[in-house]
Amino acid sequence: MSLLTSASTKHRPARHRRHSDQADESVVGPTSTAGKVLGGYLPMILATLVVVLPLLWMVLGSFKQAGEVVSRTIAWLPHHPSWEAYVRASHQVNFPRLFLNSVLVTVVGAGIKLVLAVTSAYALVFVRFPLKRVIFVAMLAALMVPPQVSLLPNYVLIAGMGGVNTYWGIILPGLGTAFGTFLLRQHFLALPREVLEAAEVDGAGHMSRLLRMVVPISTPAIATVALVTIVDEWNSYIWPLVITNDDSRMTLPVGLTLLKNIEGDPSSYPVLMAGAVLVIVPVLVVFLFLQRYIVAGLTQGAVK
Amino acid sequence: MATIEVGLRERPATPAPAATPTTPHVRPPNRRQRSRRARREAALFLALILPNAALIAVFVYRPLIMNAYYSLLNWTLGSDTATFIGLGNYVEFFTSHEAAQVLGTTLVFTLATVGGSMLIGLVMAVVLNRRLVGRGVARATVFAPYVLSGVGVGLVWSFIFDPTIGVLSGILRGLHLPVPQWFLEPPLSLTMVIIVYIWKNLGYCAVIYLAALQSVPRDLLEAAALDGASRLRTFWSVIWPLLSPTTFFVLLTTMLSSLQSFDLIRIMTPLGQGTTTLMYDSYLQAFGGYNRAGYSATISTILLMILLVMTAFQMRFLERRVHYA
Repeated sequence: MSLLTSASTKHRPARHRRHSDQADESVVGPTSTAGKVLGGYLPMILATLVVVLPLLWMVLGSFKQAGEVVSRTIAWLPHHPSWEAYVRASHQVNFPRLFLNSVLVTVVGAGIKLVLAVTSAYALVFVRFPLKRVIFVAMLAALMVPPQVSLLPNYVLIAGMGGVNTYWGIILPGLGTAFGTFLLRQHFLALPREVLEAAEVDGAGHMSRLLRMVVPISTPAIATVALVTIVDEWNSYIWPLVITNDDSRMTLPVGLTLLKNIEGDPSSYPVLMAGAVLVIVPVLVVFLFLQRYIVAGLTQGAVK
Repeated sequence: MATIEVGLRERPATPAPAATPTTPHVRPPNRRQRSRRARREAALFLALILPNAALIAVFVYRPLIMNAYYSLLNWTLGSDTATFIGLGNYVEFFTSHEAAQVLGTTLVFTLATVGGSMLIGLVMAVVLNRRLVGRGVARATVFAPYVLSGVGVGLVWSFIFDPTIGVLSGILRGLHLPVPQWFLEPPLSLTMVIIVYIWKNLGYCAVIYLAALQSVPRDLLEAAALDGASRLRTFWSVIWPLLSPTTFFVLLTTMLSSLQSFDLIRIMTPLGQGTTTLMYDSYLQAFGGYNRAGYSATISTILLMILLVMTAFQMRFLERRVHYA
């Protein structure tokens, strides 16, 4: 908050004459160069570094050798960058398998969730049904239910069905999607109704309206839901952790936990960083290119 | 379509595919046709919504009831027998010395993480609201940790915080400062996890506050400036009240997720020394080697009650006051 107080009110050029489409520093912050650096660029760069440096440290760490890491004097850069940590990690736990498991669970889980979200939202908006409102509220309320609380009952249920260490056991309990349904419903409500009604009059059934009209014109919204769901599935941890105990079915985050248990020694940090790179970098790359959709999806509903 | 028709309850649907309506819509449909159409619509609705609704019912709502039921049992996970002990688990929890500790840890963790990420997030939003070169990149960067795996993030920060070989202790030693034993002393472990949690989540608050700041009407700010209000005054008297719906939303969402946080605690402090919140305790009791299913369900139910009361309270009392006060 200091950046607001430190601003000098005296020498600001007649700001009421300035017109811009945005309420920003001309009114809210200092306009002097010094103020802009102290109250703008400095904290901005600092915050960026606070995010970037740990991630950079992770990547560097993954290319170091055990000897460089255990030394009390910090080795800033890997002296002999090598893939050794990645290879060693693959000996401890089956990394390629963990990676494939994560990909499989993410693709199948997110794919099904997306289909369910699209069909549910379509039904809630375009198909006539007497109790629609009640059903919508019942589904929406699921957003408020803390997922972690359902851990034990779901474990008892799925384990009882023989779902321990199976792909379906990992995927099934998370498939119901209140979030995607809610988000797409909001979007579908804003679609031009006349066009869809015209199509109905022309004899287009629900399926053809859904697949030929609603889905194509909603691509950005569906992409948003898809991305958020994919990231969610990829990162999901507590459920795969309790439902798997064999690395033939573990996902990456669970396998990393196992790796951390096996490799308790400080010299194992390069190996652990290699694992962290595998779980973090794919999401980071996706985020880099599609951050607008992801940010929009994750902050949806916040600002009306 | 074929699979969808199978799920109908009301009556066996005509085998005609739904994609090709049999009645042309040009003619005004008579009543029988209309009711037939309404039934078809209803059938289609159910077919489209049932899979999702059933999954939510079984895996979201059913667990709430089961938890409440399990919490009344003395039951070891994996055992076939359980004895009904009424509120015994609740009595045990609240009379044990553990209760105060777990509730205290939960309170400290929640207040610190929610307060920290909201405050720093707001400051970041105010900074990024200015016309700065590269602020789009900065906004994305600050948000990035929010989408990263908690396990990956926890590993990275364990490496940084490590008291012997971590870069943080290396720097502290270089400055001749004492190196905290982050992993040995419970209060320090809690502090460490709180710091990392804020690092991971403040971008969420920042982005939401930034969007809200950008929708503050410019003429209000200009009017305040013309009236000679200082920037601090403008912020407190004009901007902050306008932000109150956002603050309410962010408070609710961050508090709910903070109370449920698991990944960082599990990976950074597996034994939960100093970091055993209600959520983590319920996990440890069932899956951390004790196999105490009934007791774990009790803690989950207590957590659920707290979440429900908080949500209801915030909805009822806070939301009413937050608007443009």
